[in-house]
Amino acid sequence: MNVFRAALYKELLLQWRTRARVLSVVVFGATALLLMSFAIGPDAGALRMHAGGFLWLALLLSSTLTLEASLEAETEQQALEGLLLLPVPPTILFYAKALANTLQLALLGAVLVPVAIVLYGAETARPLALFGLLVLGAAGLAAPGTLYATMTARARAKQTLLPLLLFPLVVPVLIAATKASSLLILGDPMRQLAAWLTLLAAFCGIYWTLCGLMFGLIVED
Amino acid sequence: MILPRLASPNLAFALVALGVLLLLAGSYYGLFVSPQERYMGDVQRIMYVHVPSAWNALLLFTLAMGCALAYLWRGGWGWDAHHEALLEASAVLSFLLCVQGSIWAKPTWGVWWDWDPRLTTTAVMLLALLGILALRSAVDDPEKRATWSAVATIIAFVDVPIVYFSVRWWNSLHQMQSSPETVSAPFIVPLRLNAFGVLALMGGLALLRARVAARRTAKELGPALPPMPAGAALEA
Amino acid sequence: MTGELALDARGLARRYGGRWALAGVSFTLGAGQALALVGRNGSGKSTLLRLLSAALKVHAGEALVCGADLRRDADAVRRRTALLSHAAYTWEALSARENLVLASRLLDQDRPQERALRRLEEVGLAGRADDPVASFSAGMRKRLALARTLLQEAPLVMLDEPYGALDPPGFRLIDGIVRALRAEGRSVVMATHQVERGATLCDRGLVLEQGRVAWEGPAAELPANSGLLRGSEEGA
Repeated sequence: MNVFRAALYKELLLQWRTRARVLSVVVFGATALLLMSFAIGPDAGALRMHAGGFLWLALLLSSTLTLEASLEAETEQQALEGLLLLPVPPTILFYAKALANTLQLALLGAVLVPVAIVLYGAETARPLALFGLLVLGAAGLAAPGTLYATMTARARAKQTLLPLLLFPLVVPVLIAATKASSLLILGDPMRQLAAWLTLLAAFCGIYWTLCGLMFGLIVED
Repeated sequence: MILPRLASPNLAFALVALGVLLLLAGSYYGLFVSPQERYMGDVQRIMYVHVPSAWNALLLFTLAMGCALAYLWRGGWGWDAHHEALLEASAVLSFLLCVQGSIWAKPTWGVWWDWDPRLTTTAVMLLALLGILALRSAVDDPEKRATWSAVATIIAFVDVPIVYFSVRWWNSLHQMQSSPETVSAPFIVPLRLNAFGVLALMGGLALLRARVAARRTAKELGPALPPMPAGAALEA
Repeated sequence: MTGELALDARGLARRYGGRWALAGVSFTLGAGQALALVGRNGSGKSTLLRLLSAALKVHAGEALVCGADLRRDADAVRRRTALLSHAAYTWEALSARENLVLASRLLDQDRPQERALRRLEEVGLAGRADDPVASFSAGMRKRLALARTLLQEAPLVMLDEPYGALDPPGFRLIDGIVRALRAEGRSVVMATHQVERGATLCDRGLVLEQGRVAWEGPAAELPANSGLLRGSEEGA
């Protein structure tokens, strides 16, 4: 537990030190949100209807940047190998990194929500539920994202490879999170929210277990 | 040379020949012997290749996952070679499925793509398979390539049912599952013939493709460790 | 201590792709002894050290490292060894002190701040403790990596070209550290081109050539047998 706390602290410290880059990811996400409205046109009703989807697409596009950045710090001077030699168990490394990436993505989402409110009128009566959804969705992106980013950081053509692997995999996350966000923004007369949150939670449960189990296989040289 | 155990090329060629024969017979039966379907007309006949492609795409992907698991569990380059071959075979079938699905959707619903859960899942599966193949081509070290792509295959395979159900809930209009039980006898024969035809053809091609993959890996791995100079013994 | 071995390597080999960087190396080193590892660039020194510290997977042969089986119990090997590698293993965005404190906390040691500061003083970096590592010169990075290696307090310390990038005071620092480690009863393996220094500091000498042991003997006889002092035009 001490070691896990230390590993998590390391991730958060690294993120805090590279916060200038995090800021540019926020700007990237906001830009993506703005651009998507041009694909729909200035129809306030249609924009509000699609706001949930835009939010998650912007978050998904930004996630590859934050995931790549979180691995860059470990590959510059082969810090990852150094960690394994201490030795820190790979499972601990994975969960610390995935948790830190979840936090970062959820915060990024929390910053993008006000942008979506301003641009699309995407207010919700249940802001807390929306934040919970952001955390859950971020967790769904972060677990496979961390695993794949660890692979692609050490492969050729890493910039294209990560989205190529990650995006098809997280289709269920995108669908469930988009639906759930729309229900929170537009209202939920049929009480469907719980079903989508369950789907998200199931995805997270499966991939947090599976990726944690297999992380050790891909970090060994 | 570190060549794994592989199927003999004769067996593979025999399977390919058998597959072609079955497909010829099944297609003849499906196009000329089977009666026209009452509601959908001749368009329905695409099912005789579409459904067998779907079954086999999933079957080959499942086998690829089995090879991936076996490689991680037991090691051995044979598993990796078959893993690669089955991934490609499954990707080819998934691509054909998407094309056939579009051809079917246009006259039936008037659109090329109808967001049917099975068709959409196939498209996602195709992209996932292409991603894994891209990963394989981006890693030079044979061991890392084998391990990483095996991990990616397992992760993508587990995703298939999740994608299917999420798309199904997302888009609640969907067709009934096609299987021989829901179709009457004259429709079953070409379906079965083509199902085994596609299996034999793609299976045979995959076995041949695995031989190519195994040779490439053997070349990459180079010669086995040269013998030690006299006096120094190498322990096993 | 007689009879106890820090290292017992039998036919250790490792390939990168198709090239055997280390082609079967066997030797032993008694506990508390120091070994100077000498050889031309690309002779396999770094590969050997990374294999023995379980940073790389073994492709053939086996070894006992401080009594732990390298192939079966890599975790135990990692706990008993510390490696000064070519890569500094540092996080560039953090300060020298933060790097060491984190490493100490990840080792689950008590009083990490105190330990980190002591190691920084030892390698002469106390004055720059709070500067980000990204601003460090190659020599300072080497000193920091050395501090991190010492922090592990491992019974077997492996140093890969410890003199590289260092200034003359740095040379004396390394000499002092190796002597101190030996005084504490730790075993040391150092790969170096400083043959004379290796000969004075160590008990044993080992010359690698093209991934194999070309000569092994008492360190004092190393300069005469290293093959490094002769002109490079002679070839291997």
